[in-house]
Amino acid sequence: MDILTALTIFVLAVFVGFEIITKVPPTLHTPLMSGSNAISGITLVGALLAGGGFWGGLFGFLAIVFATLNVVGGFLVTHRMLGMFKKKV
Amino acid sequence: MIDILINNLLLAQESIELVAPKNANQFVQVGYLVAIVLFISGIKGLTHPRTAVRGNQLGALGMLVAVLVTLYATEVSPIVWLAGMIVGTAGGVWLARTVQMTQMPQLVALFNGFGGIASVLVAGAEVLRGTGESTNIAVAGFAAGLTGLIGSVTFTGSLVAAAKLQELPQFKKPFSIGGQKIINALLLAIGLLLALELCDGTAWEYFPLVLLALVLGVFLVTPIGGADMPVVIALLNSYSGLAAAAAGFVISNNVLIVAGALVGASGLILTNIMCKAMNRSLTNVLFGKFEVTTSAADADEVYAGKIKSTSADEVAMLLDGVQRVVVVPGYGLAVAQAQHVVREMANLLEAEGVTVEYAIHPVAGRMPGHMNVLLAEADVPYDQLKEMDEINPTFSQCDVAIVIGANDVVNPVANTDPTSPIAGMPILNVHEARTVVMIKRSLSPGFAGIPNPLFAADNCLMLFGDGKKVLMELVAALKEN
Repeated sequence: MDILTALTIFVLAVFVGFEIITKVPPTLHTPLMSGSNAISGITLVGALLAGGGFWGGLFGFLAIVFATLNVVGGFLVTHRMLGMFKKKV
Repeated sequence: MIDILINNLLLAQESIELVAPKNANQFVQVGYLVAIVLFISGIKGLTHPRTAVRGNQLGALGMLVAVLVTLYATEVSPIVWLAGMIVGTAGGVWLARTVQMTQMPQLVALFNGFGGIASVLVAGAEVLRGTGESTNIAVAGFAAGLTGLIGSVTFTGSLVAAAKLQELPQFKKPFSIGGQKIINALLLAIGLLLALELCDGTAWEYFPLVLLALVLGVFLVTPIGGADMPVVIALLNSYSGLAAAAAGFVISNNVLIVAGALVGASGLILTNIMCKAMNRSLTNVLFGKFEVTTSAADADEVYAGKIKSTSADEVAMLLDGVQRVVVVPGYGLAVAQAQHVVREMANLLEAEGVTVEYAIHPVAGRMPGHMNVLLAEADVPYDQLKEMDEINPTFSQCDVAIVIGANDVVNPVANTDPTSPIAGMPILNVHEARTVVMIKRSLSPGFAGIPNPLFAADNCLMLFGDGKKVLMELVAALKEN
């Protein structure tokens, strides 16, 4: 993938992000943070493709641990929080 | 003849080898596309409380798809990735299950940091493998440098932020050394230079760069005070996304770039909202000091002889027969863990036919939406939580406003005194309510360090004490009536 394609994708994604996230109401700002934070754990994919040599392997392993923590913890805690939001009955 | 056959076979084999990884690669790329669609629909689901749970699940599903197709292509030994994921999952589940809602800001900060360091490690492994294999050495090298910078700053910055939010004594006070801004600027400049050096495909520059950025992260966050933490966490959230996106540039990976960009945008929007709610620029929050212009003597002048202290019993009587009560929660509510008693009080009032609403200032608490989560935990329906712009015009029709552990966000000086450090900051107009009850430990100033003339106003009663204890007394008194 050449740099221009990658940059194009990046810039378009930023715009998509701006468009949808401005619509999130303040009530949900904390779940938005923890949920989007879990998505930033996508670097787990990078960690799974990393490796090579002793140090590369070690870095890759540690990256898998931290990124998994980020992903699993982030989605779970968001789920827990969102379960508390109830409408008046 | 046989030669030709063998040659043909070899050619065929070669072409299979050429095609096979390509097909595998396409399979993986399609998986990434599915993941991207799921991420975007997931965040879209978060735009309404009704669809939010599903949105979060879609996001998690997207992550699962991305990881599964990557496992298909990975060269990492299954023992390694399995072990890593088991450790990470165990830790994540434990943290997510045991955290208290009042500790949510610390946890989010911590998760931001984990994301940041993971990106740093990914770029590090890639640099060691030799970005020389990559088609575009310069781009991959520089992107690795940026990943190292942003990710490392995110990591240590988040750890310091989490320590501050946990109120660890060593980190409680904003701390800075002389000439810190210059040192920070120097560190950043050297970091960028090292990142440029990485463009030639050499690896060693990466490690001093990471070290230096780790130090920079500490320096950037230590001078920032507790009340500015909503901005810091939102910004670090953005950084953790940008670090992932930068790592995506290192390994030419779409899903990292897109997901990272989405999170980066999300964090930036929240940062902007928080800054607006304090009427301060981002630079001012990050590098400026809050100017404390008024002296202690002024506080005496403002308050002298005008403070009316009240008791829980009196407030209970005051609440008898009212029509509309607005509760204004602040960080003090979180500290006192008073959200459940607030709900109990509201239940008693509602049983008497009183309308109870909650006025939420955007920067109340220590992270965006902090108060909403706490009140949701106490089963307060989200449609009773009103945003500032919605509730401000209605304070004049409010019989009693109960302010719990908030100060600067209800200080009318923001509207009246253009020389005040909080001048122009949007506030909740509680002073327009018929009666204001301030539940507070003492007359001590808020983060802005200025006295609040509201306390001395004719319609304001001070109910001194710990938020939870006072509210429990109030609940008891309401039950007796």
